[in-house]
Amino acid sequence: MNPQTNISLPRPTITPVSQPFWDSIKQGKLTLQQCEKCLDWVFYPREHCPHCFHDELIWREASGYGHLVTWSVIYRAGHPAWQELTPYIVGIVKLEEGPSLLTHLLIEEKDVFHLMEVEMDIQEIGPHPLPFFKKKEEN
Amino acid sequence: MARRPKGSIIGIGELKPVRYSTGKTTLSLIAESVRLAIQDAGISKGEVDGLLVGPQVGETPQHVPATVSEYLGINPAMSNTVDLGGATGPGMIWRAAAAIEAGMCETVVCVLANKNEKGETLRSPNRNPIREFDVPFGASGANTSYALLKRQHMEEYGSTQEEFAHLAYWARKNAQKNPDAIFYGKPAEVDDILASPLISDPLHLLEIVMPVAGGAAVVVTSEENANRGRHKPVYLRGAGEKITHRAVSQAPATNQLPFSYSIPKALEQAGINITDIDLFSLYDCYTSVVAVTLESAGLCKPGEFGSFVKSHTFGHDGDYPLNTHGGQLGFGQADLAGGMSHVIEAVHQLRGEADQRQIKDANLSLVTGNGATLSETTALVLGGER
Ligand SMILES: [Zn+2]
Repeated sequence: MNPQTNISLPRPTITPVSQPFWDSIKQGKLTLQQCEKCLDWVFYPREHCPHCFHDELIWREASGYGHLVTWSVIYRAGHPAWQELTPYIVGIVKLEEGPSLLTHLLIEEKDVFHLMEVEMDIQEIGPHPLPFFKKKEEN
Repeated sequence: MARRPKGSIIGIGELKPVRYSTGKTTLSLIAESVRLAIQDAGISKGEVDGLLVGPQVGETPQHVPATVSEYLGINPAMSNTVDLGGATGPGMIWRAAAAIEAGMCETVVCVLANKNEKGETLRSPNRNPIREFDVPFGASGANTSYALLKRQHMEEYGSTQEEFAHLAYWARKNAQKNPDAIFYGKPAEVDDILASPLISDPLHLLEIVMPVAGGAAVVVTSEENANRGRHKPVYLRGAGEKITHRAVSQAPATNQLPFSYSIPKALEQAGINITDIDLFSLYDCYTSVVAVTLESAGLCKPGEFGSFVKSHTFGHDGDYPLNTHGGQLGFGQADLAGGMSHVIEAVHQLRGEADQRQIKDANLSLVTGNGATLSETTALVLGGER
């Protein structure tokens, strides 16, 4: 069997702990956990604070803003379903609240630069809406 | 002197890398590697009472030590799976020594092997945060992670494509002295590396290891029994290990990556300085990891690997002999066994048996291993004397 048949874009493998994150993405919002005790923000979702190990983390809406730490233009995708969409850009965004996440960038290669300000832009290109990021719009 | 695990390496076995291994199983490649290593040590299989093996994705998910022991026909008194990605090989060596010192066993075989069949795509069954939060965004696989690391280094320090390409150039150049290397007879100039296709920008094809089939095994015993083997023993002088994260998005700052702990720790255990090292046997799945390792080792300041590589030479006769077997970039990467190739080359050099690539008066080697994206790191100091 050709390993590429019937392979679709991989959807997130949601767990009971991360469910609220994805529920809020469906509603157009970025929510993150904040530790009730040390007040640090946490990503990816957990039941325990990785800073102070407290076990009460509160879901709060985040700004959706951050800056771009690094990026890569993908020519050879690691997943076969993504190959058709190459070249595309992924990057690591450090969110205003502190945590970093890996995301897909809706920015042209010529416009990408280190530490540029970015904002979340939820997209539905696959089976599940995902928090992509784009250049922050001027107010 | 710092407390440290003591032990000696009395046997090594390594399969010549091949692009594809038709008709082989991982177990058969493991057994072949072990056979070579115990022959090299001059001991019998019955004398092996410890076994360290690696994880086998998609093949033997559980009970790996028992499965391998049964296949080999041994009954170890200590066995375990070491799961540190590319750091697994060096990570096994100090664990073997520690188990021997703890009185659990006397002679440990550490083995890793990989089959590689044409057209075979083992899709990882992962259900971890990376699968949930990276893969759906179009980022899967190590190429992307190491490209992100390289881009960050270039942006933060102004390092250049040409500087990174020099690291791949030296690996290929050194591979020309190793007939077993997958790129023996195939040197590459800096311009060739820069002209190779971008796979995950800024990483070029020739900055990325070639996946191959192969295997490697190492026999570790106590310091007291070091002279049991047929060859000049090699001693474990120090070890350091550090894990800081798993996903590249959760990595610490570029100048705080985990080698900046594990390498100084290994040197401290050995009671030596980085300038005492004769051979740098540094894990090199990508050029970007070598750059960071040179900086973390204190050979140059953070961000300054470029001027370092352009002002020194890295062959067996150079001022900083580095990966004289060709590194994995020149030798090939038989999955986790690729990390063990850096241990094996150090043993060849410290025994004085590295033929046409022998370093003069080689007595101390720094060996590193790295797993995931500079997540799991191990450093060893190996010495020709205790
Ligand atoms: Zn906390």
